[in-house]
Amino acid sequence: MANHDIHLTVRRGTVHALCGENGAGKSTLMKILYGMQKPDEGSIALDGEQVTLQTPGDAIARGIGMVHQHFMLADNLTVLENTVLGAEKLHGIGAGARARIKELSDAYGLHIRPDVLVEDLGVADRQRVEILKVLYRGARTLILDEPTAVLVPQEVDALFDNLRELKSEGLTVIFISHKLGEVLSVADDITVIRRGTTVASVEPSETTPKQLAELMVGSELPSPETRESTVTDQEMLRVRDLHLSATDSDGVVRTVLDGISFTIHKGEVLGVAGVEGNGQAELVEAVMGTRTPDHGTVVLDGTDLSGASTRARREGGVGYIPEDRHRHGLLLEAPLWENRILGHVTERPNSKGKLLDLAGARKDTARIVAEYDVRTPGIEVTASSLSGGNQQKLIVGREMSHRPKLLIAAHPTRGVDVGAQAQIWEQIREARREGLAVLLISADLDELIGLSDTLRVMYRGRLVADADPAVITPEELGSAMTGAASGHLTAPEDGATEDGAAEGRTSQDGASDGAGEQGGEQK
Amino acid sequence: MSTSTTTPAKNPAVDAIARSATRDKVILAIAAPVLAIVAAIVISSLVFLASGENPFRAYGIMADYGHYSDSQVWIINKAVPYYLSALAVAIGFRMNLFNIGVDGQYRLAAFAAAAVGGAIALPGAIQIILLIVIAMLVGALWSGIAGLLKTTRGVSEVITTIMLNAIAASIIGYFLQDGRLAIKDGNLLHTKFLPESSHFFSFPTHPKPVYGFVVIAVLAGALYWFGINRTRFGFDLRAVGASESAAEASGVSVKRMVVSSMLLSGAAAGLVGMPTLLGESFQYGTDFPAGIGFTGIAIALLGRNHPVGMAFGALLWAFLDRTGSRLEFEGYAQEIVGVIQGVIVLCVVIAYEIVRRYGLRLQQRKVGEELAALSTADKSDNKPEVSA
Repeated sequence: MANHDIHLTVRRGTVHALCGENGAGKSTLMKILYGMQKPDEGSIALDGEQVTLQTPGDAIARGIGMVHQHFMLADNLTVLENTVLGAEKLHGIGAGARARIKELSDAYGLHIRPDVLVEDLGVADRQRVEILKVLYRGARTLILDEPTAVLVPQEVDALFDNLRELKSEGLTVIFISHKLGEVLSVADDITVIRRGTTVASVEPSETTPKQLAELMVGSELPSPETRESTVTDQEMLRVRDLHLSATDSDGVVRTVLDGISFTIHKGEVLGVAGVEGNGQAELVEAVMGTRTPDHGTVVLDGTDLSGASTRARREGGVGYIPEDRHRHGLLLEAPLWENRILGHVTERPNSKGKLLDLAGARKDTARIVAEYDVRTPGIEVTASSLSGGNQQKLIVGREMSHRPKLLIAAHPTRGVDVGAQAQIWEQIREARREGLAVLLISADLDELIGLSDTLRVMYRGRLVADADPAVITPEELGSAMTGAASGHLTAPEDGATEDGAAEGRTSQDGASDGAGEQGGEQK
Repeated sequence: MSTSTTTPAKNPAVDAIARSATRDKVILAIAAPVLAIVAAIVISSLVFLASGENPFRAYGIMADYGHYSDSQVWIINKAVPYYLSALAVAIGFRMNLFNIGVDGQYRLAAFAAAAVGGAIALPGAIQIILLIVIAMLVGALWSGIAGLLKTTRGVSEVITTIMLNAIAASIIGYFLQDGRLAIKDGNLLHTKFLPESSHFFSFPTHPKPVYGFVVIAVLAGALYWFGINRTRFGFDLRAVGASESAAEASGVSVKRMVVSSMLLSGAAAGLVGMPTLLGESFQYGTDFPAGIGFTGIAIALLGRNHPVGMAFGALLWAFLDRTGSRLEFEGYAQEIVGVIQGVIVLCVVIAYEIVRRYGLRLQQRKVGEELAALSTADKSDNKPEVSA
């Protein structure tokens, strides 16, 4: 993605948010600032001095540090060891380093425990270690790339407290996000990037989420809210007593899924909330048939698929939007039309008998590109040249084109811009009206609450709680995700452990008046 | 609003982009081999110069010698097993499997076919087909061991196939002894001669005939192309090669694909020894050509696993073999041809990788630029932009 005419001024001692659609060029800009990529033209000035950043080493030497979206920590080392790794020359690896870490931790309220193994830390703690690493190397300017993507609301608040602490000590934070609420709550200045260029600089006090969204995409803030319930009493997917154990790298057998049972009806979206790593990915794999559970049954529309292959399950009507589209959803170096075949090679229009139908697949790819608004110059370009949102739209279009009975959507709008997000939500809603059952896994609590008809909370491989999305708040859900609450979270009637929540609620209209008009305008 | 105006399928500007993308693709496809050949000639020339010889005289000798019709027949006949070997390797490569064991597979296959062929005498066509089938089965069996070990025990096919090469050589060595399956002929040991009826047909060219097996090689190449590009099986195979995780999530049984592609690779390897056995030697002896499996790896790399590319690669390799031997008579070091062959493979691998990466980057940049251009064109339909 090319960047052009970027103008960005960050004041010292502030939190500066950088927001924009995915593929707008935020990451490219950050790579340039961190010395990972060189600009063709233009200049960077730090404290009024022109600088050339050739490598991340240059950036670090000038006090710029980056906390990546994906943590770069060695699990089997302690926090102290991770921190000094590669920076041994600064304060050694012993008492000097420990003292410095303590000092930094106290100064910025990071609550670091230097001798704990990183593998024993939760996501939020790991993130603090990443921040510590950057500070330890002497950074005065921190770049945080979508730091809240993996956190629950309480953890986000804690992170923001840390950021304010950093700011008050005179450090500068550049904060990348496309979650508008967060941006408004923590930033002192906001710069919006669209299609590789800075389109606006605003102050949070003078703007609203809606205006920000307009700046980002030129359309209104989409809402994930489901308007009327389409839940029927016909069972589509029935999962019973699923157990899965896995052997970890130390040879210890751990239970990953424990007694998972649920039912999804036609027209129902079942949302599974949970902090990542609590078995959601394994649950998806078990239902998809890429992992074989120890026992338990999976029945789709009356057909027992427990022993079926992944292909048989897909042919049987399971659509799949994987969590990691690069690893599981696309062939990145293959053209779009080959990606359209992926996962549905045995089905029309991709093949006739044992032979591929190239013409049919190409034609249908063109249709998907048009219908699902995949922004691409053509269907012969490789999937890797599309932005994340457009890749995801292609995947959604592909899966929906085969009229699935069940859609497994794992983080369907992760790393996707606001415009694409709205379209994907609309697609899911539309299919749901026609009787699609959806298993939705998401870390975005607004998405979960807005789209789901039924909510389940997953904690340490078990479904520990259920909730009614009509009444629950993200905060309540967040505390259940950390294991603090269990059972039925809000509704008064008790004992509804299996499917009660779905039938217990038939309508939640009126809760989201006005959202309809907004959503409609996206199309 | 904005979405309907940017719908790509209906925009004439987009057609132009698609056309220019196709043009880039063709240019890049030609650029890679041209770049590789130029680089290889430059480096080879430097090697000649460093050894105190005139490179242009050497090229002159090679071109001149390659010109004779006996050379050309020799080159074609040599290229046939090279090509089949490259095909066998390429089947694995398309799936990220490195079958180093083509060498052991074809030798064991040819030996088995020779042993059976020398013992029985069926009517011509039946016997020929039988021998070819036996060779393919034995090759598949041998590579299948590696496939099974990989899927059941997780042993890398690189290790197993190279070990199986050694085991194949030992098995052949054991049976190729007087009193077992071999007869003594001077100081050579070889299996019994095949009956006249199982000699494969040949094209009566001068001074020597061209193997009729060249037809089988062409058919195998066509089948390979069709199988990889036009069948569901081929798509699954390519998907596993491109991304194992994505293929698995899409419903491909990766383990089954590993076993099937190893079997296919071995079956193709089984054909490698057939042109020699059925067209020239009519027995398997201690002087049966060895090492073609490794040459196949180089040629598959050279031809980028493409059936036509590998055909050119095989011919080029055979050309260098032939004309290189001539250089020796003209006072050049014998090793120089090996150096040239190595340089060519290296240049091709590097040039293709450079062009591939450049192409990907070019495409990403172009897509970005074109989409940005499209959105600017739409601006008039859009809401006015807010700027600071």
